[in-house]
Amino acid sequence: MTYIQLSYGDLALPALLVVMDGVLSLVLRLKLEKQLAVATVRMVVQLVLVGYVLTFLFAAVSPLWTALAASIMVLFASREIVARQKRRLPGVWSYGLGAGCTLLAAGTVTIFALLTEIRPDPWYHPRYSLPLLGMILGNTMTGISLGLDVLTNSLVRERAAVEACLALGGTRYQALLPIIRDALRSGFMPILNSMAAIGLVSLPGMMTGQILAGVEPVDAVKYQLLIMFLIAGGTGLGTLAAVLGGAHLLTDHRHRLRLDRILTEE
Amino acid sequence: MLTVSGLKRLHISVSFDLQDGECIALQGPSGVGKTLLLRSIADLDPNEGTVKLDGMLREAMPAPAWRQRVTYLAAEPGWWSDTVQEHFTVWIDALPLVTRLGLPDDCGHWPIQRLSTGEKQRLGLVRVLMLRSRVLLLDEPTSALDSASAAAVESLIAERIANGTSVVWSTHDDAQARRVGSRIFAMGPDGGIQESRP
Repeated sequence: MTYIQLSYGDLALPALLVVMDGVLSLVLRLKLEKQLAVATVRMVVQLVLVGYVLTFLFAAVSPLWTALAASIMVLFASREIVARQKRRLPGVWSYGLGAGCTLLAAGTVTIFALLTEIRPDPWYHPRYSLPLLGMILGNTMTGISLGLDVLTNSLVRERAAVEACLALGGTRYQALLPIIRDALRSGFMPILNSMAAIGLVSLPGMMTGQILAGVEPVDAVKYQLLIMFLIAGGTGLGTLAAVLGGAHLLTDHRHRLRLDRILTEE
Repeated sequence: MLTVSGLKRLHISVSFDLQDGECIALQGPSGVGKTLLLRSIADLDPNEGTVKLDGMLREAMPAPAWRQRVTYLAAEPGWWSDTVQEHFTVWIDALPLVTRLGLPDDCGHWPIQRLSTGEKQRLGLVRVLMLRSRVLLLDEPTSALDSASAAAVESLIAERIANGTSVVWSTHDDAQARRVGSRIFAMGPDGGIQESRP
């Protein structure tokens, strides 16, 4: 297995392409040059830092450091979930529900894959656990944030229908079931779409990476299939937990709809 | 008998008894809290106070069971499916009431979207009447109806009252309040009620 290594100098010429974008923005007065500069600098700093952090983690192979890195990833994911909501749950639940469900779903699926299929030594080896967790986390996060967004928005919009069912003696789960279904469907949509289009429209990043690193395409495909199955499972688990949890939080033990618990972003 | 004592929700504070087969007309300017009061009795909003049916505390039973006995009907009832009949447990059983309120017997497969406000109001009432609740909390049940349909609704409810159902009927129509209510509650901006006889 051989691959072509790049030096930092090799990146200077391609970086000129970004400069070209900046010049375009100036000439055409797109007013994007400042944003572009900030985004480029952020990208370079973040990625180089991550490179060094991963190098350290792979050398250390410590359960503590690996767990810390995983927790930070989950925290960023839950922050992203909250940022994507138009209407938020109050207090600790706004972060808690997203963080809890991503951790539950992505964590379970990652550990499952590490213990049963990939079996590195030790099982938590960061070279395997962290990239795996990252890929599953990103997709689970999308499912959860879509599901929660549809749940809260539909509850506000369909309030009369839900309360009609409750007033007729329906339980909170009977009354919310049509909306829970919609929310789950939305959460599943991105992974369904990407599974259908994969290979034809897009070559997945991980598979491309492995191929560039010299892995046989057929072997890279096996890895990619494993990842896709894991992502599908993680998204399903996480979206289900988040939507049911959200439905539980927005109703109470007397089977009332509690829209007063939703905060609307100004 | 429905017993409401010290019911509190926001500015509302109300106590009253409602006998079996009795109808109370609830009046008061818009926004005074008539809907809030009816919703609170049905336990659809968090509220304080003691509400009993035949001496049985509502907290002693699950909320859905309570609402099947003490049922609130919104002025603009909501719909969760696409067609009319999907909102009824057994549509055939509802047909006599549907036709009695002046709707055609083929309206079961009508899409909800094409219903007028008045049609929705009458179908919402039929849906509630199918439960045969002990207490009906009707929130302006004829606000979108012409006088003929309103009269049909009044006579239908009157039959239920004669059979022992208790009703709280909120209305802006003074004449209707005197027709349907054996007592009239006027709700004031302070959240209290003043009782009078028609």
